Amino acid sequence: MRNLIYVFFIGLISISSVQLMAASKIHLEPVEIDLSDKASLQRGAKTFVNYCLSCHAASFMRYNRMAKDLGMTDKQVEENLMFASDKIGDTMTVAMRPDDAKKWFGVTPPDLSVISRARGTDWLNTYLRTFYLDDEKAMGTNNLAFKDVGMPHVLWEQQGYLENDHGHLTAASKGTDADYNQTVADLVNFLAYIGEPSKIQRLALGKWVLLYLFLLFLVVYPMKKAFWKDIH
Amino acid sequence: MFSSLMGWVDARFPATKMWEDHLSKYYAPKNFNFWYFFGSLAMLVLVLQIVTGIFLTMNYKPDAALAFASVEYIMRDVNWGWLIRYLHSTGASAFFVVIYLHMFRGILYGSYKQPRELVWIFGMCLYMALMAEAFMGYLLPWGQMSFWGAQVIINLFGSVPFVGPDIALWIRGDFVVADATLNRFFAFHVIAVPLVILGLVVAHIIALHEVGSNNPDGVEIKKNKDKNGIPLDGIPFHPYYSVKDIVGVVVFLFIFALILFYAPEFGGWFLEKDNFIPADALKTPEHIVPLWYFTPFYAILRAVPSVAGSAFAGVAAMGAAQVFLFLLPWLDRSPVKSTRYRGPYWKIALTLFIISFIVLGYLGTQPSADTTLLVNNTILARIFTVIYFAFFILMPWYTSIDKDKAVPERVTMK
Repeated sequence: MRNLIYVFFIGLISISSVQLMAASKIHLEPVEIDLSDKASLQRGAKTFVNYCLSCHAASFMRYNRMAKDLGMTDKQVEENLMFASDKIGDTMTVAMRPDDAKKWFGVTPPDLSVISRARGTDWLNTYLRTFYLDDEKAMGTNNLAFKDVGMPHVLWEQQGYLENDHGHLTAASKGTDADYNQTVADLVNFLAYIGEPSKIQRLALGKWVLLYLFLLFLVVYPMKKAFWKDIH
Repeated sequence: MFSSLMGWVDARFPATKMWEDHLSKYYAPKNFNFWYFFGSLAMLVLVLQIVTGIFLTMNYKPDAALAFASVEYIMRDVNWGWLIRYLHSTGASAFFVVIYLHMFRGILYGSYKQPRELVWIFGMCLYMALMAEAFMGYLLPWGQMSFWGAQVIINLFGSVPFVGPDIALWIRGDFVVADATLNRFFAFHVIAVPLVILGLVVAHIIALHEVGSNNPDGVEIKKNKDKNGIPLDGIPFHPYYSVKDIVGVVVFLFIFALILFYAPEFGGWFLEKDNFIPADALKTPEHIVPLWYFTPFYAILRAVPSVAGSAFAGVAAMGAAQVFLFLLPWLDRSPVKSTRYRGPYWKIALTLFIISFIVLGYLGTQPSADTTLLVNNTILARIFTVIYFAFFILMPWYTSIDKDKAVPERVTMK
């Protein structure tokens, strides 16, 4: 009888520990996400508005929400990070028309609001680091994580161009790898933030809810014991 | 003061009588164990889903052009919207966890057996309604998995001989899953199916309280009564089980909150990654996986080879997998209810059944040609599908020849 219960739970646990995602073809470079690192998020925001936000929108993300969560004033955001809109309450949209974009890149650049939740942060980190030169492509570059992607290597100024030597990327690099990897890590951290801004609030609230439930348990369990003491 | 007020009410409405019949003088066996928490937890999750659902509808837009964005609006711009939405999405999976454990309890202790056949039947109808509810609710965020999951499942109806394509078209209201489908699924999800579920819950509980609860020993406590007609092994549901269930609720909520606040996607099991990409009728995802609570049946569907190019055999097998559960009270020929006093055949069969259900659930999430588990997944799924059905088909035989043990006269407190 007891064994049956064990079998049941071992089955449940083994199922829940198996990752659902199919194995990716290339090794993904892990990146650490830390939404409390405001400096990293601000650097990521800067890269994002300078390099991404001309083609990609983040149309669910509002500038003033970003200002608040990243510890900036509305004025700072208006002066340094707002090129595409003029009202602080606006969402991060782009001026490029979807039809034009499709003509130029072959595909409309996707909205990046929740891209970190769809692709995963490790994938984004890898993707942004593995552009390489490819003469076959219209944009002159290809990508290890996303084969034949329509997007050019927008951050080439930071990374320089890489050559693909049978799947290994070799650099004639401009900056140091570490600098570029940090830029990408900050950008991915920022993308993780805009994927779920309420995560900051969620993590902060969670421990209090758990504490409350724990204290409640300390009350209700002895209560049950007291009511049941004469049942044998 | 209070008693005269209650007297006034009782003369017009049986408030005190209902309170006594269902709570303060409803005598439940005193030996309920861990497995008996899940009925009341299912009620809790049902209320949670209804309340959070009401608040979600205040900002959700059932429109193919607006639905995806309206969910993100709830997640970002609605006050506490993220909490309401995660309560609802985590609640959906929690509902199935609780219901599966509740059903397992029923099988473990023979709670479906005479005289509780109707309790089981109503419960199975609830399970069916819950699956319909979850399936239609999953379309509403209008992500890629919402769209393609619905497309695949509705196409199953298309495999019915002759009338299939017309049925599929009738369900969708369009040639593909589209705005019309979203609108009607919304209507079913927020009003039609919840009404059915509430009605069935009432029937389930009335039937249960008419015959009384089973218990881990499978002993009928109504056989041994004191001179006042109260079962010797029974205790009033309130306060004994109300205070006990509160402990269960708090422990459950602790685990629930742990997931909700720290892993609401639960590694892709509760919220799939592809569902953060808006639905796109022109881009089929690499592999389409239903949420975990459907995957045992999805695995059965895929395991059955197509006959003359039609997947209908698989669809029929998937339906049969449910029908057999309904028939459990009549397939089980053993005079003993509880697994505690059953013979080895039953214990082996039940263990194999649980293993097959869990393995099929896992296989349903994996690509069918995958060979990570050494053998092709389709072959594995076929083996475990056979085991799943053998549990039911052979049941009349192995339960009637099993070497059951003697059942005690009174309940035990182990």
